[in-house]
Amino acid sequence: MKYAFFPGCVARGGCPELYGAAKLICQRLGIELQEMPGASCTGAGVLQEKNEFLGDTLNARTFAMAEDLGLQIMTICSTCQGVMSQANHRMRKDPEYLARVNKELAVEGLEYKGTANPKHLLWVMIEDVGLDKLTELITRPLSGIRMAPFYGCYLVRPTDALDMEEHPERLTALEQVIETLGATVVDFSGKTRCCGFPILTINETNSVAMVAKHTLDVKDLGADAMVTPCPLCHLNLDGYQPKAQAQAQRKIDMPILHLPQAIGLAMGISRKELGLQKHIVSTKALMVKVGAA
Amino acid sequence: MDVTVRIRRYDPEVENPESYWQEYPVTMDDSATVLDALIKIREEQDGTLSLRCSCRSSICGSCAMRINGHAGLACKTQASSALTDGNTIVIEPAGVMPVVKDLVVDFSLFWDKIREVVPYLQPQGDEPEAEYIASNESMLHLSSVTACIMCGSCVSDCTVMEVDPTFLGPAALAKAYRFTADPRDGDEKGVSQERLEQLVEPTGMWDCTRCGECVSACPKGVDPMGRIMALRDQAMESGLNNSNGARHAEAFVDIVGHSGSLNEALLPVKTVGITNIPGLMSFLPVGLRALTHGKMPPLIHPNIENVQNVRKLVKKLEDPPLD
Repeated sequence: MKYAFFPGCVARGGCPELYGAAKLICQRLGIELQEMPGASCTGAGVLQEKNEFLGDTLNARTFAMAEDLGLQIMTICSTCQGVMSQANHRMRKDPEYLARVNKELAVEGLEYKGTANPKHLLWVMIEDVGLDKLTELITRPLSGIRMAPFYGCYLVRPTDALDMEEHPERLTALEQVIETLGATVVDFSGKTRCCGFPILTINETNSVAMVAKHTLDVKDLGADAMVTPCPLCHLNLDGYQPKAQAQAQRKIDMPILHLPQAIGLAMGISRKELGLQKHIVSTKALMVKVGAA
Repeated sequence: MDVTVRIRRYDPEVENPESYWQEYPVTMDDSATVLDALIKIREEQDGTLSLRCSCRSSICGSCAMRINGHAGLACKTQASSALTDGNTIVIEPAGVMPVVKDLVVDFSLFWDKIREVVPYLQPQGDEPEAEYIASNESMLHLSSVTACIMCGSCVSDCTVMEVDPTFLGPAALAKAYRFTADPRDGDEKGVSQERLEQLVEPTGMWDCTRCGECVSACPKGVDPMGRIMALRDQAMESGLNNSNGARHAEAFVDIVGHSGSLNEALLPVKTVGITNIPGLMSFLPVGLRALTHGKMPPLIHPNIENVQNVRKLVKKLEDPPLD
């Protein structure tokens, strides 16, 4: 199993531990990753606010590179997944639009033929690797750990661009993985809501209030940790939790795990290798409970 | 079809009122809607259950509520498609707005926001001799926005309004777009500058997180978030760039256009403005925490391979040559 790897900017910037953890678990799962050093940022939906056509062209450029490699794209970022899926959706349903995009790519000698089908690692786990294979690789089940899922908006909406009708299993993918790891799912209505990250530099008070709401909701439900497939959610839920604590005037201390870290823990990979010491909210107490201290 | 309808109830008239769950077993046709089930419960089992409804055909917008956690019209939702855990439908009042009783919420907040955006045409300049002319294309473009039935589903599920009721919100901002995009509103060119100036203020268009909840919740395809994005575009086009939101979008394009990937250390700096010392200082504690945990993004940001190709693309598509 081999993919063109699109980690996204944040997994190599603000959340380097995600990149490392993803590489480690992919190695164990037998997933080969081909880097694309010439691929650009997806635009994260922000660049699209100013110039959607430019955003779609940049994504088509990445898709064309993957086509040239003869590989499908795998990402580890909910936001990248959503933005790529939306761009792909617009181009695939409108051949004239795709032709306009390709006219821009021709300067670089690239052409997007429309065959890309980018997939988040979470979907790859469910659809391509299979949970049976994951089960085989678990050496340290997370039994007794209560884990809350947090998807990230872009991995759940809009449903048409994300092929949810064809793939209804994607709606519960995170819960399925959490259960496979041996942990107990802490279900809560906030799991598909916004973490607040996109407005962090625009309205920090509201952004931090969202962090406080979600982390306190799962704390009140007795969660030991939250797990997310989105590094932007991680930046906010983990990085801004100290501010959320101050705003809510309540102690939160909710460890936020990247999806590959949660999987890696159950595979018996060490805390350090998974970069769990790099979080703002300490994961130490959780590690004691998991038996990975 | 036998279903269990689990309803979140609230009666303000009891001592120490608190919301609670109540379950009702209902037998009905496979073709029944969620609203049919609720009416059946009210008529046959519990006359104290309060809800709003009228047209039963998704035109009046009265019966918006949360069905299995997400807002929608009870009359437009088939009961058979809303079954969770085998045969249960979970019903709650709409979110964000305060509950009056059971499934009835107080819409004051909703209407206040709609009024705030001045929901009628405000043409400027001289009146035309005959009627105002609007092209077919512009009206077709607006038809999906004017399809709004004011049901409040988008407001119910708005992630920002949930934490901050001062946000104008998806319904009012989509309504505002209905006017800013109308060629009869604003100056001779149809630019509604004054409206846009108000809408770029805090609690306006830039406070949306782009979470997409409103798009999912809307039963009429209004696409409120898409309209908010279009408002942002209009604001930037008309020179209203002095906000963190506009700077954020512009900085993003600049940064990707320079190095091909996102420079996370530079983006917030450019967003608050390089001369905004208090704004920049506010990042210090977070930056320091990141630094001490080995999470700080590299200050010297590497470019992607063959970055010149992306630079050319961005330059060309951002400043297209004049024909």
